[in-house]
Amino acid sequence: MEGMKETVEESLREMRETFASGRTRSLKWRKAQIGAIYEMVKDNEDKICSALFQDLGKHSTEAFRDELGVVLRSATVAINSLDKWAVPKHSNLPLLFYPAKGKVISEPYGTVLVLSSWNFPISLSLDPLIGAIAAGNTVLLKSSELSPNASAFLAKTIPAYLDTKAIKVIEGGPDVATILLQHQWDKIFFTGSPKIGRIVMAAAAQHLTPVTLELGGKCPTIVDHHTISKNIKSVVKRIAGGKWGSCSGQACISVDYVLIEKSYASSLIDMLKPTIKSFFGENPKESGCLSKIATKQHVQRLSRLLNDPRVQASIVHGGSIDEEKLYVEPTILLDPPLDSEIMNEEIFGPILPIITVRDIQESIGIIKTKPKPLAIYAFTNDENLKTRILSETSSGSVTFNDVMIQYMCDALPFGGVGESGIGRYHGKYSFDCFSHEKAIMEGSLGMDLEARYPPWNNFKLTFIRLAFREAYFKLILLMLGLKR
Amino acid sequence: MAAKKMFGAANASILVTDLRRSFDDGVTRGYEWRVTQLKKLLIICDNHEPEIVAALRDDLGKPELESSVYEVSLLRNSIKLALKQLKNWMAPEKAKTSLTTFPASAEIVSEPLGVVLVISAWNYPFLLSIDPVIGAISAGNAVVLKPSELAPASSALLAKLMEQYLDSSAVRVVEGAVTETTALLEQKWDKIFYTGSSKIGRVIMAAAAKHLTPVVLELGGKSPVVVDSDTDLKVTVRRIIAGKWGCNNGQACVSPDYILTTKEYAPKVIDAMKKELETFYGKNPMESKDMSRIVNSTHFDRLSKLLDEKEVSDKIVYGGEKDRENLKIAPTILLDVPLDSLIMSEEIFGPLLPILTLNNLEESFDVIRSRPKPLAAYLFTHNKKLKERFATTVSAGGIVVNDIAVHLALHTLPFGGVGESGMGAYHGKFSFDAFSHKKAVLYRSLFGDSAVRYPPYSRGKLRLLKALVDSNIFDIFKVLLGLS
Repeated sequence: MEGMKETVEESLREMRETFASGRTRSLKWRKAQIGAIYEMVKDNEDKICSALFQDLGKHSTEAFRDELGVVLRSATVAINSLDKWAVPKHSNLPLLFYPAKGKVISEPYGTVLVLSSWNFPISLSLDPLIGAIAAGNTVLLKSSELSPNASAFLAKTIPAYLDTKAIKVIEGGPDVATILLQHQWDKIFFTGSPKIGRIVMAAAAQHLTPVTLELGGKCPTIVDHHTISKNIKSVVKRIAGGKWGSCSGQACISVDYVLIEKSYASSLIDMLKPTIKSFFGENPKESGCLSKIATKQHVQRLSRLLNDPRVQASIVHGGSIDEEKLYVEPTILLDPPLDSEIMNEEIFGPILPIITVRDIQESIGIIKTKPKPLAIYAFTNDENLKTRILSETSSGSVTFNDVMIQYMCDALPFGGVGESGIGRYHGKYSFDCFSHEKAIMEGSLGMDLEARYPPWNNFKLTFIRLAFREAYFKLILLMLGLKR
Repeated sequence: MAAKKMFGAANASILVTDLRRSFDDGVTRGYEWRVTQLKKLLIICDNHEPEIVAALRDDLGKPELESSVYEVSLLRNSIKLALKQLKNWMAPEKAKTSLTTFPASAEIVSEPLGVVLVISAWNYPFLLSIDPVIGAISAGNAVVLKPSELAPASSALLAKLMEQYLDSSAVRVVEGAVTETTALLEQKWDKIFYTGSSKIGRVIMAAAAKHLTPVVLELGGKSPVVVDSDTDLKVTVRRIIAGKWGCNNGQACVSPDYILTTKEYAPKVIDAMKKELETFYGKNPMESKDMSRIVNSTHFDRLSKLLDEKEVSDKIVYGGEKDRENLKIAPTILLDVPLDSLIMSEEIFGPLLPILTLNNLEESFDVIRSRPKPLAAYLFTHNKKLKERFATTVSAGGIVVNDIAVHLALHTLPFGGVGESGMGAYHGKFSFDAFSHKKAVLYRSLFGDSAVRYPPYSRGKLRLLKALVDSNIFDIFKVLLGLS
């Protein structure tokens, strides 16, 4: 670890020197670096897909859709928009201050730290990296040790494409993270669990470092059968895709559990089963289209969630586990008890509880008993229900009639609230995430007002009072001696 | 007069529970409630100004003009702006969608965070208490205010007036010191807004980290003033004086802390300052009623110590008189104190003004950059290039050219720090945003589902996905028509 400590100190020193040199301020430099990220992904598609397959059993189509495609698009948007994003915003100032001018410019924080996650190790590393670079920072990325092949790819390939004095990669686990967090950074961007989020923020507090924490939660999916029964096929497909189609349920915005009226639960289950089969065939383990669970420990955790006898009793589909092969079968539960562990922690796996209610309106009450999630999904055409969901629940985001796709909409901020996180990114929000919005006001040396200065008297007091109220007419009267 | 009750952990817990119940019941959400509370705050400003002025005279010896203008008038404006703009601020903001999410519509909805804590400071006890509360209420939160115990008359008056006028089911004041603040900080808040020192800022953020509570920290620093010889010296000096001794006698977060100028120009600056200081405060500034006193003996002793340090006491070129009994220190100018002296190592927060001289003005940028980032940085010059360089290369919360501190009054500019001087910003709409969660909402249609999204995965689906990511219409058609 001594060696690692020195590496970190040396890296920080070099990045700070590079930042001080001003090189990262140039928009040309930033676009070139982001362009290099684009090239790196395009040139190494096969290597990346292979790494993701080795780490998580991700199929190359899923890898492209969820990771490579996201990064390529993010890089393109950043390059095309950077000039616009970097333009100062001019502010209107009140007449009293004429001819003063005001504007806000976005300046880079300086040297920033990105702590990535294992489930989307490429996009959750490169997407924040793009934001940090677009904003003009130097950046150190720590990739997750739980996706070792993806991490190794990044550690090896980023230096071959990017400016190594400004952008660095360190591999490692919690002990490396601990060393990193002891140092002063100008911003920290963390993707991971709320538990570690607290540790990151506590470490940041020692240095007054601002943080963005992209955490998680239990993303509920409300199915209002009354109003969407005509399109139930689409609904079922989307839910199934949102649970099992992306990293086997190990995504921060995965469908965690479904809420539906009791009378419709069995028909939902009856439609989910063939959908699973259409996705993964008779034997999902051999389908090649279902991602693996990250590690044996994660499999054991999911196993433990299922081992609760009351939960076992609620299994209506699936339930088999192969720890060796890091496989958990797509599993459906019907009404596991609300106080079971599986209903009180983020599942992060291919197990789907279906919770029934008498009236779909009750689902809002259940959602409110849990910490604020990253996303709430609702399949409904009932405008009243939509309004209630929006105003009575709180979450990072709400998506109606679909799941997960809000991730692709870069005009929408992506981030949590409460337990699901602090801050946001994607699109211009990534640029803002890594920028300090600096206010600049320029006054005029001419046009000095005596009333601004001591010694104080009643005239000056009245003048300033009127000025603040922007009561310009009365101000003129005062100055002409026509007002007391 | 009732004895003051001890406020401990149990009281804090009950308080938060009460307010959370009010929030959950929807008390604070409606437009009408927010407007009513804001109007009550306006009544406080309109009907109780003499009491506020008296409390500030008790606590700080603040001159009536300063109290009336820099606390009451600023607050009045802030409330009026919120009343005028609230409907706008509360309205959802439309967001663009893209081809990848078509068909869809998106918006960003502002929602309150919940139950928030505002911890205020002693130097502008009314402004720094009520201004953030305006933001909290406008955004629809329930709020607890803890005013500073170092301004006891103001704290008591705030508690009395707010209890008298505002809805105590959702807005409360807790008076007290370390014990009470600690008890409050153990609770889970949805946001904490703190104004004060960097040292305590760390404590606040560390406490917030336990609950993943987002924070705004309005801290301080040594705000430098660079004075170029190419300026209007009389106006420059008057503005510096008014911004330093005219604003709570240097006890303000954006007070000009020290001056940087050339060796050549310094004598002129000092002469001009002496002349204007006499004009403002007379030959005997210790008798002038136009300056606040030092807040208490602890700070008096602290400032005394800064002046008495060896290598510093002999650098006094003007002033230096002290009167501990009346808590007064004369406006004092020092020339070329050592860079490592105490007075140059901490935020002065008092009526002492060091002037540091350089061989050429460009060196001032390096001096500033080698120190923690301040809340404000000032420059007086006619030179356009110098202004540009200053604005782009000096990092601070805000930059003001050719004036001092006025940017505080501008609601169109975000007011906040960076690095050691803080995180987050407020004033105007920025206050509303500081206390809101911006929830992303995506409305999708149940039609138009692409098989591309779902397993089983295939090359064809991969090609289509790639085309979609590039949002390239031609490629999409080619794939759909089987031509690619």
